Amino acid sequence: MNSVIKGASYVLVHTPDMVLYNGTTQTTERIVNPDSEYLKEVPNHLRSYEDVVAYWPNQTYIGNVHPDQLAEVEFPWYDKKMEGADRYGKYGEIMPEEEFLFLVQASDMFEVVKLEKGFVEKYKDQFAKNPIITEDIVALTEDGVELSEIEALINDDHAEPLYFENQLVGCVKPAHDIDVNLSAHVMHENLMSKASSVLALLYGVRNAGIDKADVEYVIDCAEEACGDMNQRGGGNFAKAAAEVAGLVSASGSDARGFCAAPTHALIEAAALVKSGAYKTVAVTAGGCTAKLGMNGKDHIKKGLPILEDCLGGFCVIISENDGVSPEIDLGMLGRHSVGTGSAPQNVIGSLVADPLDKVGMKITDIDKFSPEMQNPDITKPAGAGDVPLANYKMIAALAVKRGELDRKELANFTKEHGLTGWAPTQGHIPSGVPYVGFAAEDIKEGKIKNAMIIGKGSLFLGRMTNLFDGVSFVIHGNTAAEEEAAAGVSEEEVKGLIAKAMKDFAATLMAE
Amino acid sequence: MAILEGKKAIIIGDRDGVPGPAIAECVKTAGAEVVFSSTECFV
Repeated sequence: MNSVIKGASYVLVHTPDMVLYNGTTQTTERIVNPDSEYLKEVPNHLRSYEDVVAYWPNQTYIGNVHPDQLAEVEFPWYDKKMEGADRYGKYGEIMPEEEFLFLVQASDMFEVVKLEKGFVEKYKDQFAKNPIITEDIVALTEDGVELSEIEALINDDHAEPLYFENQLVGCVKPAHDIDVNLSAHVMHENLMSKASSVLALLYGVRNAGIDKADVEYVIDCAEEACGDMNQRGGGNFAKAAAEVAGLVSASGSDARGFCAAPTHALIEAAALVKSGAYKTVAVTAGGCTAKLGMNGKDHIKKGLPILEDCLGGFCVIISENDGVSPEIDLGMLGRHSVGTGSAPQNVIGSLVADPLDKVGMKITDIDKFSPEMQNPDITKPAGAGDVPLANYKMIAALAVKRGELDRKELANFTKEHGLTGWAPTQGHIPSGVPYVGFAAEDIKEGKIKNAMIIGKGSLFLGRMTNLFDGVSFVIHGNTAAEEEAAAGVSEEEVKGLIAKAMKDFAATLMAE
Repeated sequence: MAILEGKKAIIIGDRDGVPGPAIAECVKTAGAEVVFSSTECFV
């Protein structure tokens, strides 16, 4: 039987200070043009926490607004606020920066994160009050240190500063004197990814309604690399985050593949569970500091706030078929292979049409497609267009070419079978996976019967190949009852009958 | 198509649009010489 989607979580962390100090658009500008007007303008274009919470796409990401409802909100969205927006949503939360720095410290096992005394006094209780943060996690945080100590670590030991409201409140020390793989910069980037993954795991387990100890394996599918000079990508963010989240029964490993990694990881998780290797697998990813403010120059040029001010995270819990939850169908996987080629027709053909052909379905038989779900509020002003819409047009064009859709229905197709993007441009975070939570619910509620999740990865960015990559899978309603009925007598029933016959036989022998 | 005949082409493709190698194939058939072709990810 197919594995099922037991639950999903989606979290955001508002990190405005990291936009200025850790986003690569800004750090690169500081190197090449330190006195630039852009860098001076950045602080004036950062949003408040309240504005970030009231932002419609963010409310969609954490589950308070359905994508269909978002599509009804007049575009653009950056100048509109949602009334009554809540920090917490059914899938997760939008954590403020001051609380997140404590979760980062709790996620640091090598005492490289230092927080200033006054900051700790002021905000630690606020962090501890968050219902998802357990006492075990709070206990992992340390006492605050003097500001002078932090300044000395930054000036003398190349520590990476941590800011809150543009004030120095801490630092991340290097984990090695000369190994660049353990530099303060890398440790900072990796700890932010790990801590946001921990947050996603905590909500994932809660939303699936399982015990932490039920998770047997974790797959991390973010885009960072951890290791030292002898094994630069040694990895296992997965197990490292599982430790902090308290998943005591779990081992894990990392799946990498740029933005396509979450879709790869979900297929792998579904296969591990279906094979019987593990009963419950968590697929998780934290966010990426480097991408903060990635399109900031265009946003500022057009008078917009910097909209890439949050780290994203998600977790999907895959478990054995429970007879109720929607299934990941491993019988209809799409993949862009080495030999597929790069023509758009071939790309969409391999990801969308080929897997459907395997089971005799048409493109129009899929109710919803979830390809790259980037928020167009972010990408359109930056000149990258509406990415989900571009993908829907390609899928629709292929459907027309295959004779499955009338040309006149092209525009309708993108509406009926598509979704408006809402995810932050955090690379792997918007790729296919943002809809998994909603899809599972929409299928359970009978709003749709199936959805195709498509992940695409820009492998060429790693300069190891010119190839791009992509994989896809279909989620549909639970078929356990149908399968059992079709199978007739189950294995369990046969075992029961044999056991009873042997018991009766033994009883007869005893009587004799 | 004649506008590309004998020209040198620099191609920047889009992962979510038309990738570089696909544009290169078209441009070559139109008689241009591809001097640089790359696919970029704009998200």
